[in-house]
Order: sequence, then structure tokens, then C-alpha cells
Amino acid sequence: MGELTEKIREKRKEWEKECLEPWLSKTEKESRKFETLSGIELKEVYDPSDIAHLDFLGDLGYPGEFPFTRGIYPTMYRGRLWTMRLFSGFGTAEDTNKRWKMLLEEGETGLSTAFDFPTLMGLDSDDPLAEGEVGKCGVAVDTLRDFEILFDGIPLDKISTSFTINPPAGIILAMYTAIGDLQGVPRDMLRGTIQNDMLKEFHAQNTIVLPPEASIKLVTDIFEWGIKNVPKFNLISISGYHIREAGSTAVQELAFTIADGMAYVESAIERGIDIDRLAPQLSFFFNSHNDFFEEIAKFRAARRMWAKIMKDYGAKDPRSWWMKFHVQTAGCTLTAQQPLNNIVRVSLQALAAVLGGCQSLHTNSFDEAWALPSEEAVRVALRTQQIIAYESGVTNVVDPLGGSYYVEWLTDKIEKLAWKYIERIREMGNGSMLRGVLKGIENGFFVREISEASAKYQRDFEEGKRIVVGVNRFRINEKLGIPILKIDPEVERRQIERLKKVKAERDSKAVKENLEWLKSSAENGENLMPAIFEAVKSYATIGEIMGTLKQVYGTYRKPIII
Amino acid sequence: MDKIRVLIAKIGLDGHDRGAKVIARFLRDAGFEVIYTGIHRTPQEVARAVIDEDVDVLGISILSGAHNTIVPRVLDYIRQYGGNPQDLVVLVGGTIPAEDIAKLREIGVDEVFIPGTPISEIIRFIKEKVAEKRGKL
Repeated sequence: MGELTEKIREKRKEWEKECLEPWLSKTEKESRKFETLSGIELKEVYDPSDIAHLDFLGDLGYPGEFPFTRGIYPTMYRGRLWTMRLFSGFGTAEDTNKRWKMLLEEGETGLSTAFDFPTLMGLDSDDPLAEGEVGKCGVAVDTLRDFEILFDGIPLDKISTSFTINPPAGIILAMYTAIGDLQGVPRDMLRGTIQNDMLKEFHAQNTIVLPPEASIKLVTDIFEWGIKNVPKFNLISISGYHIREAGSTAVQELAFTIADGMAYVESAIERGIDIDRLAPQLSFFFNSHNDFFEEIAKFRAARRMWAKIMKDYGAKDPRSWWMKFHVQTAGCTLTAQQPLNNIVRVSLQALAAVLGGCQSLHTNSFDEAWALPSEEAVRVALRTQQIIAYESGVTNVVDPLGGSYYVEWLTDKIEKLAWKYIERIREMGNGSMLRGVLKGIENGFFVREISEASAKYQRDFEEGKRIVVGVNRFRINEKLGIPILKIDPEVERRQIERLKKVKAERDSKAVKENLEWLKSSAENGENLMPAIFEAVKSYATIGEIMGTLKQVYGTYRKPIII
Repeated sequence: MDKIRVLIAKIGLDGHDRGAKVIARFLRDAGFEVIYTGIHRTPQEVARAVIDEDVDVLGISILSGAHNTIVPRVLDYIRQYGGNPQDLVVLVGGTIPAEDIAKLREIGVDEVFIPGTPISEIIRFIKEKVAEKRGKL
């Protein structure tokens, strides 16, 4: 290898001098900078000497083997395609149940639940703060009754369900478990994912109820309870998606997500949870943005980093070293102008996710810069995945870009840059990632880093350095007329009526007792999940359960950092 | 001319504040005095701030689809607190369907900016509109 690399280096110098330079002197130079979306500077071309420092067996290896750069399973999509899982939910449980059944009929292979903002914030539909928001951005859920309707006719032993929810994650997991019990499905057959990633809420998404320490405690309670009760369910989806949507670079997305993942693992270890029991129930969630190769490299680097990290934490089971991840195409890249162009953007981003080896994928609908997806738009989004899966041929070979000089160089480069961030965060915590991440939340480190990157992105757009087709270049005079999904204003009234009815019919004494048990569990530092589970089963509302926790832990108001 | 004072507001439960923050930052860089409310404010809180801070411009950033409820609510509270929304430049930015844009204009919103609008365009609009409204006062 050494001799050959030397030869290639010499040849490269010769090429630069004899071939490239004369060419550049004769042709017009492009004024734009050649760099990735994250600002990594790029050469004209890559060759074996750029990756000569990598050890094929140690750094790449074979799929299904450490460090899993090329995929966590030996056969990847030859064995099983990724789960096609479209994030969907709106209106009442009935509306969403109907949309889910339509998607399953059209070939979707997993469910993914979008909740409305009151539910995400742990408020009931009749809370004054919920006015105008019930059922708008997702489905409204107040009690177990809504879940009974949501999963009516959907067999939980046959389908996996993802729940994008954070402060009330434990409540939703309890509801799903209760529905499984009602359907008579053995607990170890319940599959799916609860997002349950509070740390990134403080960095980016801002769905925050309890303070950081209490939030981490609840997340860890869910780990402890979930390992015993729902052993096949992903108990967290450690998410970079929202960090990216808030304006971070790909490198920041990767670094902060992995830092959060490490913080959760440390919190679990501190609790005394066996890392090899927990690890298979961890999952990740990334964004797939516009820079095709940078995204692919990011996914490959992520897998390699996590494998090393878990090994270092002492995980012994090879399955604990797997990074399983879901990908969503980047919502923030969708344009309101010329909305059909979004189909092309989504296709490229989805292709990057597939070439990067995701386990599950959501493709955005072309109308999402206007409203929630219409039925036609969501169908096209699903078809995009199906065309990639069944027509393009990219699923025939595992990690088809492995060995590409550029992709391997970029994978390595992104990994190195991400490690720098991780080390910085670890230093903030004096060697502890858990303390480092909490420190970074407290001192505004994450928010500021992301905010700087988002301002730079915007500046590039304003100055025309970043071209957005149909927005700052190639504009047309258009009349914007695509069909838009409208949420019936009656939804809010109907939902509040249902809530009233449930409250009138339930055993209020049981509710009261369960909420008191929850309160004392919180006060005594016990695991909150057993009380949450019983409260849910007695039809306590999300607002009542979160309200009880707020009484003990207080609510958190985020400092304002522009 | 006095410095233009702008209040950028996030109202309701939606925490997506990338747009609000980037606008606040760029308006500040353009020489405006900018106040950002932070997330999860109520219509009352924002209306109160409009009056107390005596701003020229109120920019509401909203992606949750609750604009038809929230925006009229804010304007009502401004009136209730003794202000006149017509003296203000009221802007809304975010994911707003085309037919709702017309409705918001009818109730007194001066302009709705959809995603992708260059901030330079928003700055130009604010300068013109504030000059026009100050001229009338």
C-alpha cells in the first residue's frame, strides 16, 4: 500500500502541474466556493492517497461487523427493506385512524404518529392555552379513549408504531402498552419507537415542560420500565432531525445527537441499568438535507462513531454497538414556491438516506410549506420511497458507495469534526457527557452554535451564494393553487366533548388515587412509570398527569438567546 | 427619523423559532430596535408588550396552523389595552395557506410573508410601511 500511495501522490502532483493548472489558466474560473453545506472545503477530485490513512478492515470492514460503517446488518436491504413510515396525524383520532389505514393500504410498512401541540406539551384539549391548536398539527390525544379509537382495527402484533412526542413520552408509551393489553398482544410483541428525547428539545425543538434534570430522570425511568415491560420497543429516538431543522450544520447535527446519546447512556449507567439490556432499545433519528454526499457520509460516520462509543462504555453484545436510525427528509428545504419541485428535493434526500443505510424513512410531502399533507401529496411521498426501493436498483448491493475515494474521505472528515465537538462538550462536563450536555443547555452553548449556523445559512441565501431553485433563482409568476388539507374547526369542539364524556364516565376515585401515587413517587424520587401506567389505565388525562409532575418539578422557561 | 422599533413574537404552543430568531437578528443588523418575546407566549402577553414597548412593528411568526385563532386574538387585546392595531405595522410570517392570507389581510394584517421570502424584502417593506403610518399620525 505504501509504495503505491507514494506513486499516486507523485502522480497527483504531476497531474496538478501538467494537467490541471494549464487547464485552469485557459478556462474561466468559477467564482463560487466549492464546499459542502457544512462548509467543508473540497478538492477537485479524490484518489486513493486521500484515504490511504484509513484501514479498510478496521475503519470500514464488512456490513454486519464492527465498526458497522457499511451497515449494521450483513445483507441490509437484500434481507429486508427499510420501514416506510410516514409521519402523519391530524384532527381527531378517527381522522388519523382513517389516514393511517389509507397509507397501510397503499403500502406503508410502519406507522408514525404526529400529535397536535397541546398533546405534545402535555395539555388537555380544553386547556385555555390549547385554543385554536387542537388537532391542527397532528392528532389530539387526551386520554386512553383516544388511543382506543386511534388503533381501532390496527393489530399491534403486526405493525410497529412510532410516536414523536417528548415531555409526555411516558404517558404515550403507557397508553400504547395498555392498548396492546386490550388487544391481547403479548408485551414482547409490541414494536415501535417513542421519541422521548428531551435533551434535543432544549437545544432546538422547544417542546419543553419540566426542567432539564427532571426531564432526564423521566427519560431514564422510561428506560428502566421499558426494558422490563416492552423489551422490543425502542425507548428513545435520539434525534438530530430537529437540531438540523433549527439551522445546524450536518456536523453539528451529528455531534450534538451523539453527545445526547452518550448523556442518556451515562444517566442509565448511573441508575444501574445494564448497558447491554438497554442498548438494543436505543434508536436514532437524523435529517437528510440537500448535500447528497455529505448526508451519506454523515450516516456512515454516525454508525462508526456509535459502535466505538458503545464499546468504550463497556457494551459487550455486538448488537449493542448497532446504531439503528430513522431518517426524515429535510422539511426546512421545502419551498412554498413551485411546490412540485419539492418532489425532486425529497427524492434526492431520500436516496441519500437509503445509500446511507437507514432502517426507517419518512419522505416529506410536496405541499408541506403550506399545510399538513393532502392525500395526494402524501401518496406521492410514499411512492417516492417505493420507486427507490423497487425500481432504482440501489437496494441490490450493500453500501454501494463504500470505497468511493470522496465518500470515504468525507465520512472520515465529518467524523473527525464531530469528535472535536464531542470532546468540547465532555470538557464542559469535566469528563462527563451527561454533565457536559446539561452544562451546554444551561449556558446556551447548543442554542448559540445552532443559531450562528442558521444565520450563516440565511446570509448565504440573502446574498445569492446559496441558490434555492424557484425562490431566489429561476422564479416564475405563479398562482399558488395546490389542494390544501383543511382541519375542520369542529375538531376542537368534538374533542372537548369527548374529553368531558370520558371524565364523567370514569372512576374518579381511582384517578385521584393514581395521581396521588404519582405525586408521591415524584416526591420520593421513585420510578414514575408504574404510577403513570395505572393513571393512564384509569383514564386520567395527559393534562392531569403532566400537571401533577409540574407541581413537583416546576415548569421550565427557556432563556431567550437570539 | 426615530429608530424603528420591532417586536417579534412567538405565540401559542409551537416552539419552532428558527424563523423568528433569524428575522430578529437580521432586523437588528439592519439598524432596527428589536425585541424578541421568546417562545410560548399568550396573545395577552404579546398585546401587552406591544403597548408597553410602544413598537412600530409587530411581527408574528407562526407555523402551527393556529393563525386564524391567534392573530385576531392579539389584535383584539391590543384594542382592549387601549392601542390601535392600525397605527402599527402588523406582519405575519410562516406556513399560511393562500386563502388564509387574504383573510388575515382583511382583519388588519399589513403583509404575510411565506417561507423563502428574502429578509431584504421584509426590511424594505417595514421601512416603507412605517414611514407611511408615521406620516398619517
